[in-house]
Amino acid sequence: MLIRVRKASEVKPSEITDRRVYEARRDFLKTAAGTALGAAGLSLFGMPDAQAGTKLNNIGKSRYSTTEPVNSLQDITSYNNFYEFGVEKEEPAQMAKNFVTTPWSIAVEGEVAKPAVYQLEDFIKPYALEERIYRLRCVEAWSMVIPWVGIPLADIIKRLEPTSKAKYVEFVTLHDPARMPGQKRSVLQWPYREGLRMDEAMHPLAILAVGLYGETLPNQNGAPIRLVVPWKYGFKNIKSIVKIRFTEQQPPTTWNIQGPREYGFFANVNPDVDHPRWTQSKERRIGEFLKRKTLKFNGYAEEVASLYTGMDLVKFY
Amino acid sequence: MAIKFDAARYGKPLLFFVCLLPLAWLTYKALFIGLGANPIEKISRYTGDWTLRLLLITLAVTPLRILAGVSLVKYRRMLGLFTFFYVCLHFFNWLVIDNFFDVDSMIKDVIKHPYVTVGFAAFVLLVPLAVTSTNAMIKRLGKNWKRLHQAVYPIAILGVLHYLWLVKADNREPLIYIAILIALLAVRVWDQARRKVALRNARAVAT
Repeated sequence: MLIRVRKASEVKPSEITDRRVYEARRDFLKTAAGTALGAAGLSLFGMPDAQAGTKLNNIGKSRYSTTEPVNSLQDITSYNNFYEFGVEKEEPAQMAKNFVTTPWSIAVEGEVAKPAVYQLEDFIKPYALEERIYRLRCVEAWSMVIPWVGIPLADIIKRLEPTSKAKYVEFVTLHDPARMPGQKRSVLQWPYREGLRMDEAMHPLAILAVGLYGETLPNQNGAPIRLVVPWKYGFKNIKSIVKIRFTEQQPPTTWNIQGPREYGFFANVNPDVDHPRWTQSKERRIGEFLKRKTLKFNGYAEEVASLYTGMDLVKFY
Repeated sequence: MAIKFDAARYGKPLLFFVCLLPLAWLTYKALFIGLGANPIEKISRYTGDWTLRLLLITLAVTPLRILAGVSLVKYRRMLGLFTFFYVCLHFFNWLVIDNFFDVDSMIKDVIKHPYVTVGFAAFVLLVPLAVTSTNAMIKRLGKNWKRLHQAVYPIAILGVLHYLWLVKADNREPLIYIAILIALLAVRVWDQARRKVALRNARAVAT
């Protein structure tokens, strides 16, 4: 069938295919592919599957999760904007397949009490994981509901002890064209950079996600660790983070450099501020036929609107 | 023994069949493989791509004659009409499936977003060309028919701009279309200049 129309009361797409069935099918395909390659003189057996997720344990629930129907793992992992692995939506799922994310280190720099380089395991060890089911709204006027697993960014920042000079947090993605083939062409100015004002970063909705659907983050979704700020457009949610830097000045951000008229530093979801390419008043929820109205701050106005009191959101888009 | 292809007899039916293949593939994918997480966007991109490809192929007929002496002129009308066919699929996907007749938001889309403005203009301009493609119309319009159908050049420019302005960052593919269009138009310009010179020389010899 071409188009699925789903009412809120109907089954979630995530429930249509049972995880075990899905995995059995994946195993079957892998075996089939392995057999085919084996026949060609190559063997896949014994090779680690970089894409297979590891189950995450002791995940707490959160009052910030939405109760809206969640998008399927298939949708979430096959429709990605991750230019480091290709500019087409289906490319990251393929091109990131063999992306190795262990070991992974994160450098903490700038206006901070203890600048240091952390191994990812050590970096996230002190914190309890939480499931956060959030809406994600892309500036291209589509949206999904995604069950992230992550850590409140505020908890991490407090522990890193930024100095009083720290007014912004900058995040930087890995820059390694050999591992991220999309970086071989200068489609964007690499590495990808994003930033938040300190009060935005400290907001309880902001998380660093390390998982999805109860497992470690799939590569195409920004493994092993990414930012999720659900009241902002998708491009603010920087993936595969290797550097966190506290700064006094507002840091330059990738899409803002690419098109300053189109992509602002704040990039708060705002149906009233039109984009030169896409109407922002409506969006298509992936899996739905009719477009729905876009909500201010992506429906998180109650939580975050106070961050922007007195600010002209048309000017600071 | 070589089998001789009877182009006069089978050429057009074969071309007709070939031009339907992209649609057949899209239909097959929609029914049996799926069009991914965002099928509407996929249909839009796919039909848009094929519109531009067929448009450029249509515009390649004349350069091919100039450069290689191969005349495919008798297939040009069909190519042009298939261009129109795919742009109609593209347009109605936008009108019906993407926006579900939400006229208000479509008008805004056309006015506010330059890539939609030029795309919409190109579509509207193509309509009279398609309508006047019958033999009767060609006869009726006489000299004006050619003049009218020269609108295909601005239409092609609007078409490639539509693609260029849609793309966020990676301009490579739209630039390929633009390069091909420029080459196809350049051959025409070069040929006309050459003819003018030849004509002038011929006159000079005659006097």
